[in-house]
Amino acid sequence: MNGVFDLGGTDGLGRIGPTPAEPPFHHDWEKAAFTMQLGCFRGGWFSIDSFRHGIELMDPVVYLSSPYYEHWLHSFEHHGITKGHLDRAELDRRTQYYLDNPDAPLPAHEPDPELLEFVSAVVSAGAPADRPTDKPIRFQVGDLVRVRSVAPFGHTRMARYVRGKVATVVAHRGSFVFPDASGNERGEDPQHLYTIQFDAAELWGEEHADVNTSTTFDAWDPYIEPVSEHGGVTA
Amino acid sequence: MNDVNRTQQEIAARVKALESMMIEQGLVTTEMVDHYVEIYENQVGPQLGAIAVARAWTDPGFKARLLENATEACKELGIGGMQGEHMVVLEDTDDVHHAIVCTLCSCYPWPVLGTPPNWYKEPQYRSRMVREPRKVLAEEFGFSIPDTTEIRVWDSSSEIRYWVLPQRPPGTEGWTEEQLADLVTRDSMIGVGPARAAS
Repeated sequence: MNGVFDLGGTDGLGRIGPTPAEPPFHHDWEKAAFTMQLGCFRGGWFSIDSFRHGIELMDPVVYLSSPYYEHWLHSFEHHGITKGHLDRAELDRRTQYYLDNPDAPLPAHEPDPELLEFVSAVVSAGAPADRPTDKPIRFQVGDLVRVRSVAPFGHTRMARYVRGKVATVVAHRGSFVFPDASGNERGEDPQHLYTIQFDAAELWGEEHADVNTSTTFDAWDPYIEPVSEHGGVTA
Repeated sequence: MNDVNRTQQEIAARVKALESMMIEQGLVTTEMVDHYVEIYENQVGPQLGAIAVARAWTDPGFKARLLENATEACKELGIGGMQGEHMVVLEDTDDVHHAIVCTLCSCYPWPVLGTPPNWYKEPQYRSRMVREPRKVLAEEFGFSIPDTTEIRVWDSSSEIRYWVLPQRPPGTEGWTEEQLADLVTRDSMIGVGPARAAS
């Protein structure tokens, strides 16, 4: 989908304001939100791709102006409600209750050693996204490719600022879960993944590009098509 | 509740409401929150990436393995896991300086850098770093790269997690790995700053 989350090349957003160091969490609610993501994974509420899509579906005004972990909250709610894990009216009722009684306790519950083991296992092992495929490797390092000039609905990682632009393949990374499938609840459909490199002048025009700069982008096979030496797309 | 412009109190209440429902479904416990948060507050952070960088600066064999397959090489140091399942390390030289960004969300190599700082996740860095990296580095980070050095910005659009092997500061010949690791900053592994100078 074409949305405001797709920020590459957007102008006018202002200063960056970097910090030399930051605590991982700025508010207590962020700690709970951070952890609930693992709970949702464990409960099968979403894949990493559909989690990202849940964020992309946020009101764009809220997206641009809200604290980061609030984005996560929106995705938890979106998937929880649309997939039947949460009742919105009950969530609203409890929200009002905790707004009126901010110090009211959470429901009493027993520790669950399995959840702690789950956290430790996920942190140390992660969740690899590479998957085998018998699809052919279409591109070699050095090949010229053009990112397709299309605007898909739903989740995609084909950022707008690279669409239609020509790049050079600099690496084949293997085959990976395809976000355009996984993020739209259509299975994993593994595809080859390539790193492609754009000259800044190709992306922004010679007169607007920073001198001597380039950008690389990871593109799944269906995002790109071959370009002949004369610049045309080959059949 | 209106979705727009929630206050911190409203967000906190919403989170607590959702947490209460997930607790009842057996998906979260308060102990789990404490355990998970403790890992990223106290165990996993840029001090781990610094260890890997210092090793690469002193051990050519390790450096070669790190550049060949960062995920496997980092396992030798007990470093790896979530959001670093597929890591690729980019070596800075006099000819090329590397920097990372995620224009679409906030992808970041957690096992070596911890969770990302807010500025990395916010719209300003994500929008500008691919558009005007030389200006961003100079004006926002005070990091001037000579025009003769290419700036290569890596947009982390897939599950590959990129990070930077900065240049070893001059005047550190004979330093121990521990001394060198103290020079390696979070920003130098993102590519928005150099390693600290020897003093």
